[in-house]
Amino acid sequence: MELQTLTFIIVGITFAIYIGIAIWARAGTTSEFYVAGGGIHPVANGMATAADWMSAASFISMAGLIAFYGYGGSVFLMGWTGGYVLLAMLLAPYLRKFGKFTVPEFIGDRYYSKTARVVAVICLIVASVTYVIGQMKGIGVAFSRFLEVDYNTGLMSGMLIVFIYAVLGGMKGITYTQIAQYCILIFAYTVPAIFISLNLTGNPIPQLGLGSTMIGTETFLLDRLDQVVTELGFAEYTTQARLSTLNMFVYTMSLMIGTAGLPHVIIRFFTVPKVSDARKSAGWALVFIAILYTTAPAVAAMARLNLMETIQPANGQNLSYEERPSWFKNWEKTGLLKFEDKNNDGLIQYTSDKATNEMVKVDRDIMVLANPEIAKLPNWVIALVAAGGLAAALSTAAGLLLAISSSISHDLLKGVIKPDISEKGELLAGRISMAGAIVLAGYLGFNPPDFAAGTVALAFGLAASSIFPALMMGIFNKRMNKEGAIAGMIAGLSITLLYVFQHKGIMFVASTSFLGDMSPNWFFGIEPNAFGAIGAIVNFAVATVVSKVTAEPPEHVQHLVDDIRVPGESGSARHLTPDHPPA
Amino acid sequence: MSLNREKANAYWQANIRLVLKLLMIWFIVAFGCSIIFVDLLNTIQIGGYKLGFWFAQQGSMYVFVILTFYYAKKIGQLDREFGVDEE
Repeated sequence: MELQTLTFIIVGITFAIYIGIAIWARAGTTSEFYVAGGGIHPVANGMATAADWMSAASFISMAGLIAFYGYGGSVFLMGWTGGYVLLAMLLAPYLRKFGKFTVPEFIGDRYYSKTARVVAVICLIVASVTYVIGQMKGIGVAFSRFLEVDYNTGLMSGMLIVFIYAVLGGMKGITYTQIAQYCILIFAYTVPAIFISLNLTGNPIPQLGLGSTMIGTETFLLDRLDQVVTELGFAEYTTQARLSTLNMFVYTMSLMIGTAGLPHVIIRFFTVPKVSDARKSAGWALVFIAILYTTAPAVAAMARLNLMETIQPANGQNLSYEERPSWFKNWEKTGLLKFEDKNNDGLIQYTSDKATNEMVKVDRDIMVLANPEIAKLPNWVIALVAAGGLAAALSTAAGLLLAISSSISHDLLKGVIKPDISEKGELLAGRISMAGAIVLAGYLGFNPPDFAAGTVALAFGLAASSIFPALMMGIFNKRMNKEGAIAGMIAGLSITLLYVFQHKGIMFVASTSFLGDMSPNWFFGIEPNAFGAIGAIVNFAVATVVSKVTAEPPEHVQHLVDDIRVPGESGSARHLTPDHPPA
Repeated sequence: MSLNREKANAYWQANIRLVLKLLMIWFIVAFGCSIIFVDLLNTIQIGGYKLGFWFAQQGSMYVFVILTFYYAKKIGQLDREFGVDEE
């Protein structure tokens, strides 16, 4: 069957499954959903969290970046899993004990201040919108390939689908739908990985295949890859650091604390029945995430090897442009893969030398989607990967859009500006802000600041520098007061935004960057994507100093902190009401 | 508040000690083995993997999973020991 038709069928079936489960779960459990609210088993919650968490950045983009960054790509692997350790030990159980529904709500209560709540809303919106831009990039890539149109048209169709998906809304909150999404996503990711690992190494487990020898030889796969890339002048795969050791350190840290500061993830731990379940849920979420994340390096290395050996076989027999495979032609249509015959010999030269390299554009975000085609896997596997990528991108985009709209309608409008707003008005405001966020993120997605995973990394930096420190100090530093927390959040967010904007352009519009996206201008060689950790240090420092010279928090707040530190006696801490279902 | 202040404080201190201990391992694996000392560990080869590279792209994640579950188990024991568990 024609690949495009097959893709439509498989994507259609998966969507039917999500919607079907949503309708079934709705009809059966409406009242239970609200009243029990948290009656979700930690394993189920972990799986749903993993689906929520793994977005286009993880699914479509990450392995492609690792394929080209090699060892340097490890920052994404460690950053986006290591954060769960922080979440499980430093935040999740205490926020669950506190028992509110949104992150700004916690910050507003803990710092006894509406201003703090508003500042938290702003931080949340800035981080989430940036995150959605990254999703839009991934969705645009996926749609452009499967509709066989250019990237911009693909992005526009993607925006429309996200809009419908997010406004249909309710679906998102249902754990069973997310469990289905996780299953499809992980199946779609691991099946091609197993095939390719078998083809190359004879070992069906990609995590082991990556450390095995190439089939029929004594050469290890990674050694072979190192040899292939270095021969063409690229950096050695297994040792190629991301800029500098300091940059890698800061980048990883930034992603880790950003993970623990992103509101749509934290929210998930508000909905488990007990504090001890919040701890276990984080562990299970990490297990389900790690299944994909430990597979990704194998996908990355094998995709790079297959790509290099297809285009530029090591023995010097270059591929002729006329004989290029069909995946090559298909990706050319999207404009994300470009060839330019510089020496007019009709052959493709792919090297690290800018002057002679003829693969003038290889967008990293196409690698995971192109990978099964490059490896000549059957069409149904290729179609499955498309369905998985869309599941990942749509579920996360919808989750983020809900976080944005609830923070505007619930925290900002109802909480601060207009407390007497009707429920209808609140809902309408939520819908409008959601549509606004999609249009804004889509618009910025036409010229994304980076590859999908890079853009998402920026979002993590923003969350790391603003929200994480405020939450952590709220729990671990009883003396932290509203003045300190507000000053800290503002300082951390501003310095990070300033650093990002001066290198990436104001609102990521590249032409407005006043220092240029050039490494010589970077502070100690730290790239903008990695700056969140520095922002967080500034946040902690400013908050500590300011809190020392201002009045200590009132007694009832200190009691509140004492109370959230201890898991028991939490009977009254659960404030679930039908008005406020878990987001 | 039925729980006396001293007991709550002792529980909190024990929790902090546990968290610090585990975060030390977290730091050593992620930032030590995988980033700072990666070149040194890369001189050791395990199968097709250089050890430093393995930590960065595989090992660290396995350790994170273990740490998270170990914490959940240990802190659960502390909860019961100090009588602050939820039941």
